[in-house]
Amino acid sequence: MQTLGLSSAAAAVGGAAQEARAAIAEAAGPTTLGPDPVAVRLTVNGLRQEITIDPATTLLEAIRGELGLTGCKEICDRGACGGCSVLVDGKLVVSCMMLAIDAEDRRIETVEGLATGDQLTALQEAFIRHDALQCGFCTPGLVVACTALLREHPKPTLEQIKRGISGNLCRCGTYTNIFNAVLDASGQPVPADPAPPWPANGGA
Amino acid sequence: MNRFSVIQARSIDEAAAALAPARQGARRVALPQLKAGGMDLIDLMKEGIAEPPTLINLLTVEEAALRRIDEGRFGALVTLAELAADAALLRTAPVIARSVALAATPQVRNVATAAGSLLQRPRCWYYRNHQFDCLKKGGSTCFAVEGENRHHAIFGGGPCHIVHPSNLAPALVVCDGSVDLVGGDRTTLPIARLFHGPDRGSVLGEHTLEPGEIIVGIRYRPAPTSGFCAIKEKQSFDWPLVFACVALALEGTTIAGARVCAGAVAPTPWPLPAVEEALRGVDLGDGAALSRACAVAAEGATPMRDNAFKVRLLPVAVRRAIEDAVRPARAEEATP
Repeated sequence: MQTLGLSSAAAAVGGAAQEARAAIAEAAGPTTLGPDPVAVRLTVNGLRQEITIDPATTLLEAIRGELGLTGCKEICDRGACGGCSVLVDGKLVVSCMMLAIDAEDRRIETVEGLATGDQLTALQEAFIRHDALQCGFCTPGLVVACTALLREHPKPTLEQIKRGISGNLCRCGTYTNIFNAVLDASGQPVPADPAPPWPANGGA
Repeated sequence: MNRFSVIQARSIDEAAAALAPARQGARRVALPQLKAGGMDLIDLMKEGIAEPPTLINLLTVEEAALRRIDEGRFGALVTLAELAADAALLRTAPVIARSVALAATPQVRNVATAAGSLLQRPRCWYYRNHQFDCLKKGGSTCFAVEGENRHHAIFGGGPCHIVHPSNLAPALVVCDGSVDLVGGDRTTLPIARLFHGPDRGSVLGEHTLEPGEIIVGIRYRPAPTSGFCAIKEKQSFDWPLVFACVALALEGTTIAGARVCAGAVAPTPWPLPAVEEALRGVDLGDGAALSRACAVAAEGATPMRDNAFKVRLLPVAVRRAIEDAVRPARAEEATP
């Protein structure tokens, strides 16, 4: 360490104070988790459960593998597709890119927690009514994303719907029907299908 | 992901203490790694690019200042979604809120932090693929030179040709931003000096923080007439092809002064002083003069085989960022 000059000396004293502060903090000591498995409390859909997992376990792996809730899907596993979307403290997140330890003692909601018994939510009913799915693999993530959207914007504009689900990919391309389902579920008029560009009688 | 342990820091002092081995020059491979939102780090770990044996968790830090947005300053752990939705920020420095409003996806913005945006690693597909032993990973080759370089630098490239991935950094440059630091000898660093090009420092990294230093806050000068424009291939979960951040000082409808910084065109945020000079005195109503000034943005570019299109896009992005800055009644628009 350089000790030349007055300002450097002052810096050194400041550095010493900082080191002393750090030493005190160190004495109390933060908790260190892992690398061996650790106990983690997860509260999913109102149910608090304790699981024992590696710190490297993602929230998605914990929810699917440890808790057996397989609604959220592992698709891209890089936070790019939204298939694993869940709500953490009401915020839409991709569970594949969050460590389960970071969700401890937070409020986690998955698609399984939306319906009450057999009673689907208005949004889920609208998904069925508007045929807002094809293969269905992205659907749980989209339902969760749309649920988050409707909580923030009870009557979203089409633009807000598009932005709200812009983190969810549907390779079947069911977006238009999803927009309609959200509009319908929020009590807004659903646009009629545009007239096809060919003659109504098939041109015969 | 590799096995790791996690130090659950309750305070920044605890995080700094846990990071202290870095200051003492411990072997690079064994260094603990700070983690905030984890959006980038977990990605790097899943790809096998980063294998830290220890993470220092900043999400467990309790200091409220790290999560607060104040006038002229916001905490390092503020999320991109919080920045984008902050009504005061949209008034005082709209370019900052706008720069992150449509970055990545809603899910990512709910978790990704401000400091994480600044310090995320580059998105170069050779760097991100563990099979390419590129310069940035300690190898001897920048594969972008002979390879697929559509998304690489048109300014300041060489020997590595990444573009800096942060949307937030250029926005802060035009607002004379700085970062508040703890854990080292410095307490502040101008944003313009937070990054270095691959020719000006270790090609292994992009920032100039000393080992042990932690960003705890970000400061900016108000820029109420400021704007942002990103040109992207996809409008979601994509990094811009080019983007521009602009802060204007107006006298009536005349540009009295301008700050302009481009992104996704160079290994660092790329200020455009020649454009700033050319914009001075231009009337906003004079479309031809504006276009001439914005065209200066392309000067000095050295495109690679596949990215000459960026040279043509950049003046467009600057022009649209100016239009964004002077668009009326913008503060009311919070992003959903």
